[in-house]
Amino acid sequence: MPTTKATAGTAGESAAKPTIIGQLANPTRFLSLTEAVLPWLISLAAACLAVGVYLAFFVAPADYQQGDSVRIMFIHVPAAWLAMFCYSLMAVAALGTLVWRHPLADVAAKAAAPLGAAFTLLALFTGSVWGKPMWGTWWVWDARLTSVLVLFIMYLGLIALWRSFDDPGRAGRVAAILTLVGFINIPIIKFSVDWWNTLHQPASVVRLDGPTIHPTMLWPLLIMAVGFTLSFMALHFGAMRAEIFRRRVRTAQIMIAQQRAPAAASASAVTPVAESAVSGPR
Amino acid sequence: MTRKQRRLTLIGAAGLVLALAAGLVLFALNDQIVFFYSPTDVAGKDLTAGTRIRLGGLVEEGSLEKGDGGAVSFAIIDAQNRLAVRYVGILPDLFREGQGVIAEGTLDGEGNFKADNVLAKHDETYMPREVADVLKEQGVWQGEEGSTTQ
Repeated sequence: MPTTKATAGTAGESAAKPTIIGQLANPTRFLSLTEAVLPWLISLAAACLAVGVYLAFFVAPADYQQGDSVRIMFIHVPAAWLAMFCYSLMAVAALGTLVWRHPLADVAAKAAAPLGAAFTLLALFTGSVWGKPMWGTWWVWDARLTSVLVLFIMYLGLIALWRSFDDPGRAGRVAAILTLVGFINIPIIKFSVDWWNTLHQPASVVRLDGPTIHPTMLWPLLIMAVGFTLSFMALHFGAMRAEIFRRRVRTAQIMIAQQRAPAAASASAVTPVAESAVSGPR
Repeated sequence: MTRKQRRLTLIGAAGLVLALAAGLVLFALNDQIVFFYSPTDVAGKDLTAGTRIRLGGLVEEGSLEKGDGGAVSFAIIDAQNRLAVRYVGILPDLFREGQGVIAEGTLDGEGNFKADNVLAKHDETYMPREVADVLKEQGVWQGEEGSTTQ
């Protein structure tokens, strides 16, 4: 099993770990499992989004102040939630990379980064389009808007960082450190509207004294949020599969090159642990 | 301690230090991070005339006066203080008496605020028109109009 290979010398601990995680985290098992799950996940996400969009744009009532502009919220809020959820997922994966040195954790984090960037951009864009008619401005530098822009730049920086190393194992560890450092921004985004006064309104759904959003609007929002989450999962699994295949191709290419030129191959700087572990048993 | 536990402890300690540092920085920069000052903040700050600030609060009921050529004057209030604001330009759709607004501009010497930009603040309440009307009829309205706890 790759887990024990990746943590050679601490085999006793690996055995003590819950086996379910160990089994799911096996790249080969992950591939066969997601292959079975993905079609269902995609259909479920599409159905959920279709119902959500219908409810949000045709059934939900217009707001007493915002009128029909409130409908932007049904895209904006789930996108913003997913933007933060995706980063939190990457932070957990970063711990998996740094502490347990698990190669699938790095695959998960690397595959999530472009998705997170896309959701953040969607939240920024829809927020801006809403802000112009409601607030009277496309953009202000208040704490909420600025911290979300920082999140977007973090995503772009991480994507660039992963690409700037030839060795995926090293890239993964460096990116994991930056991911954990950047995680400090997530509570800042969430509580920015409570800690400082901002132009952005405080939370309407996730708050201690219950939602301040009428049920006729809350339900479409929650269904949209589930649809967004399912879409994210489907896209993320797909991207993770692509990344695993990409690394296997790379390993195969290196092996072929080593066979052709044994002398040159010994000089190539490849981390054997990360490479062999992602390739998994064949 | 095993290697894994050591790494986890190291990351935990580094995270704690980082969180503390970020917390201190944000606390120190509090005055810069807030997006606007309330009239009470302004009264307590002894700002020199001509300093650019953003002033936020509720538009006082009955204070809105429209002059010629898009000139308007109104007062921004919070629980304790009020400041008269003069502005020439287009007001956002949500602007009305009782609404939370943010005016960007400068203080003149006589305690008036000359705004060159006015933004409407939206609160966190979302509801259909009918529900808002019913709540107002029943007298249990807790929305922006009439509230002075901004």
